[in-house]
Amino acid sequence: MSTAELHTLTGAYALHALPESEQRPFEEHLEDCEACAQEVRELSATAARLGLAVAETPPRELRERVLREITTVRQEAPAHGRRERTGGRGRTGRWYAYALAACVAAAAAFGGVAVWQNQLAQDARQEANQAQRQNEQLAQVLSAPDAKTSSGELTGGARGTVVVSQSQNRAVFLASGMAPPPSGKVYQIWFNDEGTMRSAGLMDPKASDDAVLLDGPVDRASGMGITVEPAGGSVEPTSDPVALMDFPTA
Amino acid sequence: MKEAVHISGVPSPGPDLQELLVRVARGDQDAFASVYDAVSGPVLGLVRSVLRDPAQSEEVAQEVLVEVWRTAPRFQAARGSAMNWVLTLAHHRAVDRVRSAEAAAAREHKAALLDRTPAFDEVSEQVETRLEREQVRRCMRTLSELQRESVTLAYYRGLTYREVSELLSVPLGTIKTRLRDGLIRLRDCLGVSA
Repeated sequence: MSTAELHTLTGAYALHALPESEQRPFEEHLEDCEACAQEVRELSATAARLGLAVAETPPRELRERVLREITTVRQEAPAHGRRERTGGRGRTGRWYAYALAACVAAAAAFGGVAVWQNQLAQDARQEANQAQRQNEQLAQVLSAPDAKTSSGELTGGARGTVVVSQSQNRAVFLASGMAPPPSGKVYQIWFNDEGTMRSAGLMDPKASDDAVLLDGPVDRASGMGITVEPAGGSVEPTSDPVALMDFPTA
Repeated sequence: MKEAVHISGVPSPGPDLQELLVRVARGDQDAFASVYDAVSGPVLGLVRSVLRDPAQSEEVAQEVLVEVWRTAPRFQAARGSAMNWVLTLAHHRAVDRVRSAEAAAAREHKAALLDRTPAFDEVSEQVETRLEREQVRRCMRTLSELQRESVTLAYYRGLTYREVSELLSVPLGTIKTRLRDGLIRLRDCLGVSA
């Protein structure tokens, strides 16, 4: 299926109307196409409105049953940053270039960037695979022939280093000695797209020396910032940045 | 390293439900009871519109609501609203149930499927539900007939676009396009932003 055809599947995907066999290839396409991801996000929010419109009053017993059941159900561990995202870059360069080209074309049509919220709870095995794949991606950026680095002091004596690979269109942020975020808060990383902040994922609050693969492509971002956000992160920064760094220039 | 400059930002919509989910993620059962009260009506209504069978719908709705509790720590506000997250979960579970049941049992008669309309007319005492329903119904009317039929069969009946194409005897490519442009028209009519 061509990427143009893939792109028309945003509606079917948002309605969960893709057969299982077509879901995966489309999700991989989404990984690389922020404009498609944004469209899916909007169409999915639209679909949710169709759901709200058929709300009905549940029987009281259902409430009792659910509230009783949750006392016996263990909650999952939180997902940090992009670790729960599906897909990966274990594909051929040709596919990647192809998807990117489609993305640029689609971006012209739709504009805006965002990350598709992956609603599906992942099973443990899949998650382990993803963590591994993410580590691989991270290593790929760090070892890319065109990887460029810039470092800076952060607040409180911490140091930050950002590594950008233009060919892979990805960036990695390495922190050393960062103070843990205040209780109930997280550090959220943002791409700086000419003054507009685009979420690049959350940092693991437990790790003060963390290497984070920034969520999403670098594209035209000229730098990155870090803000303190409520747990779960925010759509846009809600506080002043604790750090701002320029990306190394080519 | 530059001077830190102010980045303007607005709080994300629906902070209440989102904040409640953050508390649920920390194991707060009272917060979960409030989340239940906010989402159980839409969850059950959506599941029932897809599954129809009341007993099975309650069972799936219960699964979904328990899953909200179980996976709340994975909810990331940066990726969409809390209600959107819950309803997507509910839709997936309902559709999964339909598709697995369909694999086992004989398919329903085409005419019966086409005949069913969403439960817009069912009584609900909640004002916000009525308003939402009115708005969606009004916006649904702005769609072409094929757009409306395709979106309805896919969302409220849980059909794949291939099944919709077969059922309506319309080419696959056309259905794909209608699902997308139908939703885009609804998005604009409802003023959805994400």
